[in-house]
Amino acid sequence: MDFLIMNEGFPLLSTIVFLPLAGALVLLFLPGENVQRIWAMAVTSVNALISLPLYSRFDSTTAKYQFGEHVSWIPSLNINYTLGIDGISLLLVLLTTLILPLCVLGSWTYIKTRIKEFMICLLIMETAMLGVFMALDFVLFYILWEAMLIPMYLLIGVWGGPRKIYASIKFFLYTLAGSVMLLVAIIALYLKNGSFSIPMMMGQDYSSTFQIWVFLAFFLAFAIKVPMFPFHTWLPAAHVEAPTAGSVILASILLKMGTYGFLRFCLPITPLATLTLGPYVLWMSVVAILYGGFTALAQSDMKKLIAYSSVGHMGFVTLGIFFLNKQGMEGAILQMINHGVTTGALFLCVGMMYERTHSREISDHSGIAQNLPIFVSFLTIFSLSSLAFPATNSFVGEFLVLAGAFSVNKVIAGAAIPGAILAAAYMMRLLQHVLFRGPGRPDLADLNIREIVTLAPLLVFVFWIGLAPEPFLSVMHTSVEYLIQQVDVAKTAQIAMNIVP
Amino acid sequence: MLFAPELLMLIGSLVLFCLCLGQGKENLARYASLVLAIASCFLSLATLQMNDNLFYDAYRIDMFSQLFKLAISIGLVIVLLFSGELKGVDDRLRPEYFLFMVLSTLGLMMLVSSVELLTLFIALELSSYSLYLMVPMRDDHGGMKMQMEAAIKYILFGVVATGTMLYGMSFIFGMTGTTYFSELVPKMHELATTPTAMLAIALFMSGFFYKLAVFPFHFWVPDVYQGASNATTAFIASVPKLGAVAILIRITTLVAPTGGEAVVNMLMILAVCSMFYGNLSALVQKDIKRMLGFSGISHAGFVLLGLLTLKDTGYATSMYYIAGYVFMNLACFLVICKVSKNGENVSIDDMSGLYKRAPILALTLLVGMMALAGIPPFVGFMGKFMLLTGALRDGHLALVILAALNTAIAIYYYLSVVRVAFCSPPEDRPDVPVDLATRCVSIALIAVIIFMGVAPKQLLAVAETAVRNIF
Repeated sequence: MDFLIMNEGFPLLSTIVFLPLAGALVLLFLPGENVQRIWAMAVTSVNALISLPLYSRFDSTTAKYQFGEHVSWIPSLNINYTLGIDGISLLLVLLTTLILPLCVLGSWTYIKTRIKEFMICLLIMETAMLGVFMALDFVLFYILWEAMLIPMYLLIGVWGGPRKIYASIKFFLYTLAGSVMLLVAIIALYLKNGSFSIPMMMGQDYSSTFQIWVFLAFFLAFAIKVPMFPFHTWLPAAHVEAPTAGSVILASILLKMGTYGFLRFCLPITPLATLTLGPYVLWMSVVAILYGGFTALAQSDMKKLIAYSSVGHMGFVTLGIFFLNKQGMEGAILQMINHGVTTGALFLCVGMMYERTHSREISDHSGIAQNLPIFVSFLTIFSLSSLAFPATNSFVGEFLVLAGAFSVNKVIAGAAIPGAILAAAYMMRLLQHVLFRGPGRPDLADLNIREIVTLAPLLVFVFWIGLAPEPFLSVMHTSVEYLIQQVDVAKTAQIAMNIVP
Repeated sequence: MLFAPELLMLIGSLVLFCLCLGQGKENLARYASLVLAIASCFLSLATLQMNDNLFYDAYRIDMFSQLFKLAISIGLVIVLLFSGELKGVDDRLRPEYFLFMVLSTLGLMMLVSSVELLTLFIALELSSYSLYLMVPMRDDHGGMKMQMEAAIKYILFGVVATGTMLYGMSFIFGMTGTTYFSELVPKMHELATTPTAMLAIALFMSGFFYKLAVFPFHFWVPDVYQGASNATTAFIASVPKLGAVAILIRITTLVAPTGGEAVVNMLMILAVCSMFYGNLSALVQKDIKRMLGFSGISHAGFVLLGLLTLKDTGYATSMYYIAGYVFMNLACFLVICKVSKNGENVSIDDMSGLYKRAPILALTLLVGMMALAGIPPFVGFMGKFMLLTGALRDGHLALVILAALNTAIAIYYYLSVVRVAFCSPPEDRPDVPVDLATRCVSIALIAVIIFMGVAPKQLLAVAETAVRNIF
């Protein structure tokens, strides 16, 4: 267990994972809709607060997994309950705990029926998502990875829009079908290693054929979750029909699980396959960036526009990951956080407008700048952030990704550049319509305090990451270097193999 | 003391027989059988650690048999609790109905303890004949005589399967000259590679493939499930499968750990066919009981994955899986029995808006269906996961991939039930009244399904010890 720094004393990670679940159980017995809302808010906020020490006590000088917890679970199969975080998962955990209270706030008045059940679904989702980022045992990971489908299905299927049945079934089937082969790959890896421990599966000497099959099984599951072109078709449907909180969770956190899967599993467990198949993934990413951009340009539905823009943004993330250098990968991880902050905020904005106008069409919101100055200021900043305007968070991320890309392969990097321009085009088109076109909507009220409080934390992060990204980058340096080193070891071994036949 | 659970059921069935003689005793009969079932749970639990042979070594009491008896009794308790009012069965027939239910359970309890071929046959027939009689005991809905058709199909297929099984037994006796399992096992291991031994084992198994509804002995399933009353189907779909798995495990021990390739191949082919046949047919069903019938066929295929490893761990996993299956299935049937107002059949559309009409039932349905589909953290996932691990460890990669694909196919029809229950409006369907007992059983089933899925450690350990000492 030399990969894990055990946590002495208070089991912080377990508390963070299970607090929402315990909150959900208590919520079962709470009467009164307002009490239920406040309780859900309290649980998620407390969870956000107690997750802060993860950052302050995090040791960024080691690539080992920290705050480790290890309990035997099913000894006959060597399955353990192992939790731990490193520089790659730390920020994602913090993002999750930050986003959830905002989801509760954002659905305060949006959700009018069955509030208790809605909040229970949100809290169960939080437990599952946090567990996915912390799990160091593959069975634990898989259980949480799949278990979250049920509450997410209910969030879309019960509280969703008019085509919710189609959207929720498509989401469920797509993601589940993608991950059944993941299970076979996990079992195959277990039979090679005798353990389900993820770190113990890394750096093993698997044959390259075995690695390629495992990589493909991983890739299918994670690419659907990201989602990469051509596996993205579930995403617009799910986003459009989901309630605001569902869209925010989907965009900010669920999508990150796919790219997190690449970083945590594909690269270190199957490095040879990554080197062999990486170039294809890079081209797929380029296609995703361009496809997402062009499709977003043609949308008249705001949620669809943001959904397709997610396909493009996530393309930048996979691009950064599979160039396999430090800048690109750090940019990719930062871009994961940025996308969570910015796209989450944009979905919240659309949700706030939907509550007022019951429409998501851009044309129904034309010219509202005269009537809703506060809202439009928020929307403008988040839109600029989404198109990677300098001084906002996405600029830093995309810059790092592209810097990493140009240092390796100028052709692919160059091919991705139009994506950045497209992002500007579709976001500007949205802004132009909302700000200047049309007569305005004098009947609409501007944001109230609750809504401002919902958006303000995300605004802070937009500028914080945009102007001073070092606190966010510094925690990941060591882990990213170690990850690249893991891949390089395989590369040198492969070269040696080729020289000495 | 050793024979206590069976003795109790025997005396109980005599009492129920006396109750049948009078009139208007249906409530008394109901509570008498419930008390019997609960008492037999406790007696099975009390005899769990005992170990002995009875009746000139034809009958064996050990942890394996007692565990199955416990599971069978628990299954009976649950069925009686949620379907005790027997909607859809004529008042005058109800005491007899309970009598046959208890007799069938008695047969199954004797079955799992039988270690001699003739005893095994008699126990099996006792349980089967009671079931044959329960199927036609249903009100005639719409004059279609659907229940009669089902009963005829059930008995005809049953008799054919029994005949095949007896034929197989005759081979076994002919080759070894004994009917006692304890003597059979070493002799069969010696003969393992002869074609006759393979044939004998295959034929012998077929009787239990019929009970478990494994392809190609599944033909009775959809019609019987649809034709029998909801309570009968709930019983047939769950409890007898426990007995079938117990005996299939015993028969599989006849196959030598090495050199049983033909039997393993047969089991593999049957498993794959069952899974595909069951899942693909279930996709298009409108009647929820028929759908669960086809899903049962595919689950039977999954159970075979554990048997074909020919290892103790594999057998233990199969035990765990079938026990989990009984609970998941009963959770679904509980909802069916409650949603059906007068004992009529329930179509999938009748579940529309269930989450508004009866939230607790909708939750039970969600958990039951998702567990059957194999979504974590429920028992269905853990069982499938361990079955796949065991099969892959034995090198059956193609089989495991096909099984995994089946999980993906299956999710569609389970999800379509959940979809109507949660996403469709109820329209003018009435609310479903839920009494306290049902509420408690629902919560208990949900808890068991989650608990077995999250903490399988002890259960597996117990099952493995039980399997290790079969003989």
